[in-house]
Amino acid sequence: MRVMAQIAMVMNLDKCIGCHTCSVTCKQLWTSRPGVEYVWFNNVETRPGQGYPRRYEDQERWRGGWKLTRRGRLVPKAGGRARRLASIFANPLLPNIRDYYEPWTYDYESVAQAPPGDDFPVAPPRSLISGERMDNITWSGNWDDNLGGMPQHESDDPILARIQEKIRLEFEQAFMFYLPRICEHCLNPSCVASCPSGALYKRVEDGIVLVDQDRCRGWRMCVTGCPYKKVYFNHRTGKAEKCTFCFPRIEIGLPTVCSETCVGRLRNIGVLLYDADRVPKAAATPREQDLYPAQLGVFLDPHDPRVAAEAERAGIPHDWLIAARRSPVYDLIVTYGVALPLHPEFRTLPMVWYVPPLSPVVEAITASGHDGEDHDNLFAAIDVLRIPVSYLAELFTAGDEEPVRRSLRRLAAMRTHRRRLNLGDPVDPSIAESVGFTVDQLEDMYRLLALAKPEDRYVIPTAVAGDVRALEEAPLGCSLDYEGGPGMGGGAGSGPFGEASGRPAPIAVETFHGLRERSTADSASRASLRHGQVNLLNWDARSDPEGLFPPREGTKAEAEGAREEQRRGVDGSDRLAAGPGEIQLRPPDERRPQ
Amino acid sequence: MPSLIDVFLWGALPYMCVALLVTGLVWRYRYDRFGWTTRSSELYEKRVLRLASPMFHFGLLAVLAGHILGLFVPMSWTQAVGLSEAAYSWMAMTFGLVAGVLTLGGIALLVWRRRTTGPVFLATTVNDKIMYLFLLAPLCLGFVTTFMNASTLHYNYRTSVSPWARSLFVFQPDIELMARTPLEYRVHAVAGLLLFAVVPFTRLVHAYAAPVHYLFRPYIVYRARDPRFVGTAGPHRGWQRGDI
Repeated sequence: MRVMAQIAMVMNLDKCIGCHTCSVTCKQLWTSRPGVEYVWFNNVETRPGQGYPRRYEDQERWRGGWKLTRRGRLVPKAGGRARRLASIFANPLLPNIRDYYEPWTYDYESVAQAPPGDDFPVAPPRSLISGERMDNITWSGNWDDNLGGMPQHESDDPILARIQEKIRLEFEQAFMFYLPRICEHCLNPSCVASCPSGALYKRVEDGIVLVDQDRCRGWRMCVTGCPYKKVYFNHRTGKAEKCTFCFPRIEIGLPTVCSETCVGRLRNIGVLLYDADRVPKAAATPREQDLYPAQLGVFLDPHDPRVAAEAERAGIPHDWLIAARRSPVYDLIVTYGVALPLHPEFRTLPMVWYVPPLSPVVEAITASGHDGEDHDNLFAAIDVLRIPVSYLAELFTAGDEEPVRRSLRRLAAMRTHRRRLNLGDPVDPSIAESVGFTVDQLEDMYRLLALAKPEDRYVIPTAVAGDVRALEEAPLGCSLDYEGGPGMGGGAGSGPFGEASGRPAPIAVETFHGLRERSTADSASRASLRHGQVNLLNWDARSDPEGLFPPREGTKAEAEGAREEQRRGVDGSDRLAAGPGEIQLRPPDERRPQ
Repeated sequence: MPSLIDVFLWGALPYMCVALLVTGLVWRYRYDRFGWTTRSSELYEKRVLRLASPMFHFGLLAVLAGHILGLFVPMSWTQAVGLSEAAYSWMAMTFGLVAGVLTLGGIALLVWRRRTTGPVFLATTVNDKIMYLFLLAPLCLGFVTTFMNASTLHYNYRTSVSPWARSLFVFQPDIELMARTPLEYRVHAVAGLLLFAVVPFTRLVHAYAAPVHYLFRPYIVYRARDPRFVGTAGPHRGWQRGDI
């Protein structure tokens, strides 16, 4: 057993209202730069629909993910190492920019500059790829949002094409739901396997899959390798970029931006422990429908003392183990079994899972004259849902309908159970038992899915648990400390290669020296540390150390003189004005002797 | 007695170019690892690239192999294995012409694509344009040389250019030998040497990132977090070493 920890996410699709807030905030944070205009680390697609990039799920065309050879060996579907290297000069499996969409901006200038007139000025679109004006915008990241253009594009959904039943997409009987997608941070990532340079890697500590920008050489194989098409090519820098699971936030215990800003509060983040030794075997499970149970078999029970001991031996910090025990993700995936992986048949063992959507069923039953919240009616109705179970099964379990049905029945049971309580009816334990739960479990699941506060939805141990000192030293630079900025810094220290070279002394070292100087000096404290810098932590608010304020005018000599006068002023008359323990609030200019 | 210019071209320039190549690569690796990329434009346009890029690259690899064979394998060796001068020459010409046609055809298509495809042209920098000059010059000159040799001259460069090239490695360049070769060989050699010199400072540097180690590594790469980079702020600023 080789225990590893993975930060994972579960999204509750029942709560997604398709507002795209996650996508927008993610874009603001990560991809609002030239070269990645077309890139959405997080996107929300309407299902049925083509997705983004178009028809990315069609692996007969894009050949992402893994395949089993006839001898049962796991190789990237696009071909092994030699095959990848042979197609390195032109990768026929790379999507074109038009498979995503051609990003554009608007000529806002033409509105601002429009002369007065009777007509409203307009801002024509301009391509960010060719720089030319576009006549028509014909596609974008979610052009088929809310089934837009659906009858026309019906045949373009690879899943619709695969399922047997006749799906009606006429207006009255249409169904849809939203699928927010980020990188899956797979346990068996095929993007990592496809990278010739070895620039993509899975982090040992938290399982986040990242691109080393200094090692990426732009061979573009990862874009092909990822079956979810969640690795993107920055066309300006010529490097691959992907969702980072907001690792700088995760490392200090904050949820990802997409989770934090999610209006429906549908995202859960937590730690899962898994056995890395079992991963290759699970990914090589022969039958695609068995991949979901096989992946469940990879996860370890953090409550098991043996697992805890092994985790400790593997160097997993104790608070990560505690977090794994409190993990909402573990509960939804393993304990309640309501969350399902997205496209397990790609054999990457994805780690962003989904609670399938149930919502429309209640209205559908109520509309047909039955009690939509009654659990017998609900269970029976699951098979005639507007969102066909077969469609969900193609998304989440490689076509095996049983796990989807079980998940939906559990959600339905939770609903009926809570309804009885709300109406003041007695608790009916048979409801919980009919889905293999106890009443308490059903209540717990309800609490997690409906009520959970951020601290329950996001159980994120920090990266620095065992290394607090490093965290203290990490944010060395002040954001105001740039050349000419309020911090007057710009790397004021002079290193061996001139200004701003070398590394600044750690703050703790400065603080140590500052404190010692203060406690041993004869005169009033001098908080001044290096030339022109003041550690405000040590400043007693009485003296006016050198460098606290910028020189006012003229040469350095003049400034020195002014400072000298100033010092005298403070030590003399002004000192009397301020009582003991009071802080002088007058701005420095006023204190200058006239 | 070789003239001063001959001494410079055949005794000094090769070492200067190689020195530039090596120091340039080291410099680029230390200070611009982020810029060390193919800067592929495949995302913009694929149809032409799919044909032209493999043509050019595989052609170029063949050209490279031919040069290594012609310059660094002494004539006595090939004759020792029973390959007569005429047979060798015929083989080299055929091979060289095919490789040359592939390479030149490929790069012609690529340049045409770069000029005519809007987004690709937009992404072309001044550095790229200069690079094309340095790249095209030795390619065209080399092709002309091969072609002339094949049609009329039948000049045996393996008794002049090749020994000179090998003499460079023992730091005793045989300047006389090279100075007496036909003009087209000399111009081609200078252009080729200059190409070596500019490689580290252009996008051609991606040739030195050829991912051969991919063949030998496990598929999944695990890496531990760098302890220097906990949290968002790195400890470095301003002048920084390339390895962080």
